[in-house]
Amino acid sequence: MDDMISLTFLATLVGAAWRLATPLIFASIGEVFSERAGVLNIGLEGTMLVGAFCGFAAAAATGNIPLGLLAGIAGGMLFGLVFAFFTISIKADQIVVGAALNLLGMGLTAFLFRTYYVSTGKGIEIAQPVHIPWLSDLPFLGEAFFRQNLIVYSTVLVAILAALVLYRTSFGLTLRSVGEHPKAVDVSGRSVVGYRYAAVLVGTGLAGLGGAFLTLGHSNQFVEGITSGRGFIALAVVVFARWSPIGAFFVSLLFGLFYALQLMLQAQASIVVPYQVLQALPYIMTIVTLVAFRGKGAAPSKLGQPYEMR
Amino acid sequence: MSVKPFLRIDNIRKRFGPIVASDGVSLEIEEGEIHSLLGENGAGKSVLMSMICGMVRPDEGDIVYKGQSVRFASPRDAIRQRIGMVHQHFMLVPNLTVAENYILGQGSALSVISDMTSVHRKIRALSERYALDVRPDAIVEDLSVGEQQRVEILKVLFHGIDLLILDEPTAVLTPQETDRLLSLMGDLVKDGKTVVFISHKLDEVMRVSNRISVMRDGRVVNTVRVGETNARELARMMVGRDVRMELPRSPKPPGRIVLSVENLTCRAETGLPAVRGVSLDVRAGEIVGIAGVSGNGQTELSLALSGLLPVDAGRVILNGNDITGLDPAEINARRFSHIPEDRHKHGIVLPLSLSENTILQRYDRKPFATGGMLNRRVIGEHTRDLIKRFRVKSRDENQPIAALSGGNQQKLVVARELARDPDFILVNQLARGIDIGAMEFVMEEMLRQRDSGRAILLISTELEELFAICDRILVMFHGEILGELPPDRTRLDELGLLMAGNKDEPALAG
Ligand SMILES: Nc1ncnc2c1ncn2[C@@H]1O[C@H](COP(=O)(O)OP(=O)(O)OP(=O)(O)O)[C@@H](O)[C@H]1O
Ligand SMILES: [Mg+2]
Repeated sequence: MDDMISLTFLATLVGAAWRLATPLIFASIGEVFSERAGVLNIGLEGTMLVGAFCGFAAAAATGNIPLGLLAGIAGGMLFGLVFAFFTISIKADQIVVGAALNLLGMGLTAFLFRTYYVSTGKGIEIAQPVHIPWLSDLPFLGEAFFRQNLIVYSTVLVAILAALVLYRTSFGLTLRSVGEHPKAVDVSGRSVVGYRYAAVLVGTGLAGLGGAFLTLGHSNQFVEGITSGRGFIALAVVVFARWSPIGAFFVSLLFGLFYALQLMLQAQASIVVPYQVLQALPYIMTIVTLVAFRGKGAAPSKLGQPYEMR
Repeated sequence: MSVKPFLRIDNIRKRFGPIVASDGVSLEIEEGEIHSLLGENGAGKSVLMSMICGMVRPDEGDIVYKGQSVRFASPRDAIRQRIGMVHQHFMLVPNLTVAENYILGQGSALSVISDMTSVHRKIRALSERYALDVRPDAIVEDLSVGEQQRVEILKVLFHGIDLLILDEPTAVLTPQETDRLLSLMGDLVKDGKTVVFISHKLDEVMRVSNRISVMRDGRVVNTVRVGETNARELARMMVGRDVRMELPRSPKPPGRIVLSVENLTCRAETGLPAVRGVSLDVRAGEIVGIAGVSGNGQTELSLALSGLLPVDAGRVILNGNDITGLDPAEINARRFSHIPEDRHKHGIVLPLSLSENTILQRYDRKPFATGGMLNRRVIGEHTRDLIKRFRVKSRDENQPIAALSGGNQQKLVVARELARDPDFILVNQLARGIDIGAMEFVMEEMLRQRDSGRAILLISTELEELFAICDRILVMFHGEILGELPPDRTRLDELGLLMAGNKDEPALAG
């Protein structure tokens, strides 16, 4: 391969990686908030599916993409409210409730989709790449970084904003403390339960947004199980990223790279590896990171534990 | 004397289910005094103070503060009224800096943290004024227990208080740190603040207080001025009978060597060397004490002996068998009992019941289990028997051990470890958080164990504890045994010198 072709390949790869990382970025940054407050939401997969479906349904009805995104966020948060009620108020086991919500999310979206949409087979308009004068026309760099839609660009904003909120506001300081020493927060006069609800809602809202991106910014259709494990991968991203929002952004990009690589290598005729192996790449990397980064501190010490008031 | 009381607690009641924690308690605190609160474990001291600082709401009764009846919905309300408390268990978020801990919960939730420099300045100023030596940018988990305590006290001062409540602040401090804390309390009073001080150590209480109140069974039974009483009388008020401060000890030649440690070397969890070639023997029928300022390798020594920390070099021989490197369960099974320093970490499982905690090491064995099934009846009887013998204050044996007061948890650990019929008993801080009545009992029990031929190694930072029951005292400094002394109070100076690392004193022959 000569240099020009490989550079083009690289530019396309990076552009695709960012696009494919977008749902992971939203979901994992959201989960960082949730886990920093001590709530482990393994129901991300189901939440993302609900977001994807709500976004699709709203956009199909109104033709309005921003409205679709808002519907995705709202759907995710509604699901989050159910999760928060059972795990924070009722103090049910977070893993059990999360698993139940995954099943519910899959079943519910499949049911609603089959009932109302599958026969229509109708697609929707999706968010289009914005053309930024001059930047988008740069050779290679333009293809890699400046031919995305607004939702993809917004990931940078969300990551920066998340870091600012978490590390530079009173809300963020309290949220981080809730996951480490909830009683200290209680004594300081803030509500542990309130903060945990807030953290879960931020988390599931962002997961819903990540899901909605799949139908509104990526494919123009809802498909059953469209998230294909991204919710679980986002959980791994959080661990790899050491519970940092900026870390989650870059680790998601890395996983996006695996997705993109697998897609582009499949298209390359010269590669003889069976395509199933390539498809499995992101999932294999998930397991590898989880094993490699297992138990190396940094996890909020009260992760997964309900708070008992005195 | 006083015009109007600064704080008046009037007939307060508080129950937790069937347990009455405050049974119509009344108490008056005067402005500018140091008022100590004494009482047996579970007498209701912590609960009463938690109600004053807004952590727990009383069922009935009145709190009148600065002439006004107050009812706090949360600790924040209490802080607004300038009441602050340093709790028995610290309320600091370990992975935040000192300054971040101080601003936690302050200001509006949506505010941006901007002016950290002025917060740091304020902390430094307060730290200097009271010689607290607190750095605002230190991460809390990097600090020693004593330092964290000062951080807690400064936190309360940072928020601005008139009334400071200290719940057993000295239980985890070294003697030097305790001296420092007591003089700080004096400084605070000079600045016009009022201090309520809870402690089980009568000498401290006698040293700093203006007045002392004694609690029993959820009520204040007596309040006295410090000049009008003595330690013996206070002890009697607390326990309701005479407490012997000196325990009779029968001279008895020790028997065969039960535990022998040869050149033991190990590192702390941080990887730094902690125990450097310690050798010692403990014989049947003797209590060997290890004195030392905390942090000189005692923690690691006891963890290594009980199999909780890997041994780098040297051997541990129990009853003639090498037990070096065995896991804790195997060591336990060889008639080795361990009363650990940190009961929450190594002694008990908080959410489990008293019954379950008493059979932790033996749940799979007769008589507690047959054919893989637990014998609930036998377990229950066994636990009830221990509760009665060791006077563990509890509702019943099926209650989670987390609901017990700290001292009562400790009593159950001691009871369990002695009931296992050990040959060797390793104790690290026997009396941590237990009241003097219980202490007398536990110490007598230790002496009984000694007289029946058991070997006991008692690690302690409390010299009183060591003098009261040990046959000989070893001094540990920087991971080494520096010398040995008989438990003779007249040689306290020598002991102090050894504890400070002064090895070449002539009188080591002891
Ligand atoms: N949250 C709770 N739930 C149930 N019982 C409780 C609770 N808090 C305290 N108690 C009970 O109230 C009683 C008083 O407890 P408290 O902690 O005030 O004792 P204390 O005097 O501080 O004892 P110690 O010296 O051991 O710390 C005890 O019997 C304890 O078991
Ligand atoms: Mg207490």
